[in-house]
Amino acid sequence: MYGLFLRHFYLIKSSLPRVLDLIYWPTIQIILWGFISKFFSIYSDYYNNTLGIILTCAILYDILFRSSISFNMLFLEEIWSRNFTNLFIAPLKLKEIIISLIFTALIRTLIGLVPAIILTSPLFGVSILKLGFPLFILFLSLYIFGITLGLFVSSGLMRYGPSFENIAWSSLFLLAPLGCIYYPIEILPEFFQVIAKGLPLVYIFDETRNILINGLVDYENIKQAYLLNLVYLIFGIGLFYLSFLRARIKGTLINMGE
Amino acid sequence: MTIPLEIINLSKTYNTKEAVRNISFKVNENEIIGILGPNGCGKTTTIGMILGLLKPTKGKVLIDGIEIEKQRVELLNKLNFISPYIELPKKLTVKQNLEVYGRLYDVKELAIKIDYLSEKLRLNEFINKITGELSSGQKNRVSLAKSIINDPSVLLLDEPTASLDPETGDFVRSFLEEYQKERKTSILLASHNMAEVERLCSSVLMMNKGSIIDQGTPGELIKKHGRRNMEEVFLKLTRDLI
Repeated sequence: MYGLFLRHFYLIKSSLPRVLDLIYWPTIQIILWGFISKFFSIYSDYYNNTLGIILTCAILYDILFRSSISFNMLFLEEIWSRNFTNLFIAPLKLKEIIISLIFTALIRTLIGLVPAIILTSPLFGVSILKLGFPLFILFLSLYIFGITLGLFVSSGLMRYGPSFENIAWSSLFLLAPLGCIYYPIEILPEFFQVIAKGLPLVYIFDETRNILINGLVDYENIKQAYLLNLVYLIFGIGLFYLSFLRARIKGTLINMGE
Repeated sequence: MTIPLEIINLSKTYNTKEAVRNISFKVNENEIIGILGPNGCGKTTTIGMILGLLKPTKGKVLIDGIEIEKQRVELLNKLNFISPYIELPKKLTVKQNLEVYGRLYDVKELAIKIDYLSEKLRLNEFINKITGELSSGQKNRVSLAKSIINDPSVLLLDEPTASLDPETGDFVRSFLEEYQKERKTSILLASHNMAEVERLCSSVLMMNKGSIIDQGTPGELIKKHGRRNMEEVFLKLTRDLI
């Protein structure tokens, strides 16, 4: 029994990322729920349709989550199955790898989300489809940002190897409090507001609430979200190419499966 | 006539560690060259640079006279690789894996090709089984099928019979002999099995600490070092340098 305890204790003791990982999740959860609680205690009469707005935002956040995780999973599965080297010695251009991952991630995202969307209607009387045509615009914007995050994490995996895996899981949760999914940006402390304004999420979720509460579409918010998406996407693609080059110099690609 | 694989003054340095030091050699058509040396001598790094997975610090890798760094993706069509350290997706069936790689390498008449490989490598009995559930000998034959699915003009084999039982090992060696004779493929074989090297290779490169320390036919090396077989030559050369 003590031997088994030691086996895991040595692992934790020797790895700072593991210790940080243990600290990370509770911290992020507490921050996120702290902001949500703060919002509801100050503005308890803000939403007339609390359930509908919260559920719609949760589903929309899941689009981001699923698309990013799907992209990362496709990459991680090649590492876990020790197939990574086979993939990179096949005559595939980097842009072909990116495009195929984007489309496969879309299919995975839809497979995961469609049942959840269908279930919310009979269970809670909430339909995300009430957003109408803007739903497609919001979906696309979240999907692009999810893919971009996937590109960032995959770049890290390629450059630093499987040890970067934990970042793949934790990156999205870091964005949850800053993305202002369930509350307006004003709830955040000023310093966090500055960071949050640099994320397309703030504009997407602000617009979702605006449509659901006021029944109007503010295209300024959508334009801002797409503009930021474009900047991050270009940066993500550039980073992916750069990481591939760095991995070829450092030798990460050849050791990935071992 | 162009040389299928030519290495010119190739070096690779990681930070300050020189993994490969200024090596040069070539593999002609219809030739199997063995690359031998102790663990960490630079074999895998050399193979990595040939496959374009590693960027050389210095020197060139030429495939059919064209530098891999200049046309990496196009030249990868002419190469393939097998190693016990890399595997095919475990959750797919053997046939699905061959279909995936056939498409990645843009193989024409893929169904016919898969049938041919299944027949030649005795994959028929488990072609529809999940790859992860196969024995190591069966997995090895599937990986071998993947490595020749594009009829590579240069085939890189990293310990192709490691961890195989003697019968399967012999089957793989016989297959490689027959395949090479039939297709005139240029093969670079990294192996720790000296009997295998003696049987398959027309010439051998001995590597240690990133450099080529000797080369010649197995017969020449045995004679030159006054030993009875390649195993003894290997031991002499590596121990002399410790």
